[in-house]
Amino acid sequence: MAATTTPPEAELPPDAQITRFDRVERIAHWVNASLFGIVMLTGSILYIGELSILVGNREIVRTIHVYCGLAIPVAFLVAYFPRWGKALRRDFSRINRWTKDDKRWLRTLGRDKDVRLGKFNSGQKLNAAFVVGAALVMVATGSIMKWFEPFPVDIRTGSTFVHDWFAFFIWMSVLGHIWFAFKDPEALRAMWRGAISARWARGNRPRWYEETTRGGEDPAA
Amino acid sequence: MDGTPVGRRVFLGVLGVGAVGILWGAKAQDWLERAVAPLVAKDGTGLSAFLPIGRFRIYTVTGELPSKSKAEYRLQVGGLVDTPYTLTYAELRALPPTKMTKDFQCVTGWRVHDVKWQGVLLSDLLDRAGVQGNAKAIRFKSFDGTYTESLTLSQARRKDVIVAYQMEGGDISDEHGGPVRLYVAPMYGYKSCKWLDAIDLTDQVEPGYWEHYGYDVDAWVGKSNGRDDNAT
Repeated sequence: MAATTTPPEAELPPDAQITRFDRVERIAHWVNASLFGIVMLTGSILYIGELSILVGNREIVRTIHVYCGLAIPVAFLVAYFPRWGKALRRDFSRINRWTKDDKRWLRTLGRDKDVRLGKFNSGQKLNAAFVVGAALVMVATGSIMKWFEPFPVDIRTGSTFVHDWFAFFIWMSVLGHIWFAFKDPEALRAMWRGAISARWARGNRPRWYEETTRGGEDPAA
Repeated sequence: MDGTPVGRRVFLGVLGVGAVGILWGAKAQDWLERAVAPLVAKDGTGLSAFLPIGRFRIYTVTGELPSKSKAEYRLQVGGLVDTPYTLTYAELRALPPTKMTKDFQCVTGWRVHDVKWQGVLLSDLLDRAGVQGNAKAIRFKSFDGTYTESLTLSQARRKDVIVAYQMEGGDISDEHGGPVRLYVAPMYGYKSCKWLDAIDLTDQVEPGYWEHYGYDVDAWVGKSNGRDDNAT
């Protein structure tokens, strides 16, 4: 696996395009992003008194909040498990696995230039793992809050408490995600169009670049 | 794929934190607030203003956020009394005011410290109507059309139970139950009926809205609903 063994003839011209996210991943990302945006905004309207008054229509806002929240795991399952979810499943397994370089990258917050990254840096991996877990926690606690009748009071209390705190950290994580996306417009465009330049891949994700140019392999997979 | 499955550990860790919070969050809340307070004091980013501590959650049991202007607002006092009457908002404001600064504790765990309240002693309103000998309890009705609450007559006579029209030095806004709400200081928030509409004297306690869903009728803070919060 040593990077030095990559033959020089594999080099692509800098402007050559490499598929970073396939169509299913991109649709899944933007559906998920829209749903997250909706639940975060409607949640804020329900939670912040001043916004509650401004917007009114509390029942409608609450209904949108609840059902868009429930739609998040459904949309994920539809993208992930069928045959078309191959690239997405592969990326989840990349997010799961951390190399020594990933750990070093996180420790040095990306300042160590000797670190050779795969398709994602460890900040992205950490964020993704957190958000998936947090989304499930939000669906569980939100459901307890919405359909509270079978639950004892302290479980309802605990759920409210968890829902509020997790909302705060999800906001932080999503704002951070958007911040980093805008700092790297080419990477952001790749989530829209699917492809990214060989230059970007070689400079930012050398290990992924090698994987994809080693030949024969479907780069998105 | 080589490497350590850190992603899975983070994912499972997040689920674990969530589960622990659901099971023990009811107890951890106050402790967490105290733990976070010094950090909030030092926070230079302003982000801590959005932390879910020390703020009211807005609850309504009907679909809409009820709203009534001061001009159209009326408070009815009736039931087992000698002289039922109706007050306008201005008439209520003209009565001798009672002020207090006390915490608001919700049964779902959150607490807002040192809220400034102003209103009229419920006891005074009852005296004005002349409570009949067979009256034992009060039933409160909200103009949301659904919510009800209750107190025994002796609870209602306490000096820390008011019909409030001001909060934090200003009019009570719609989401906090304005223009007029009940504030029962020693009990959990669900007793403090929002959008107060009618006060009826009854011959027995009629359990209120949440009490049909298992909340205690006598809702003393720290001594009911299985909770041990400090008294307000």
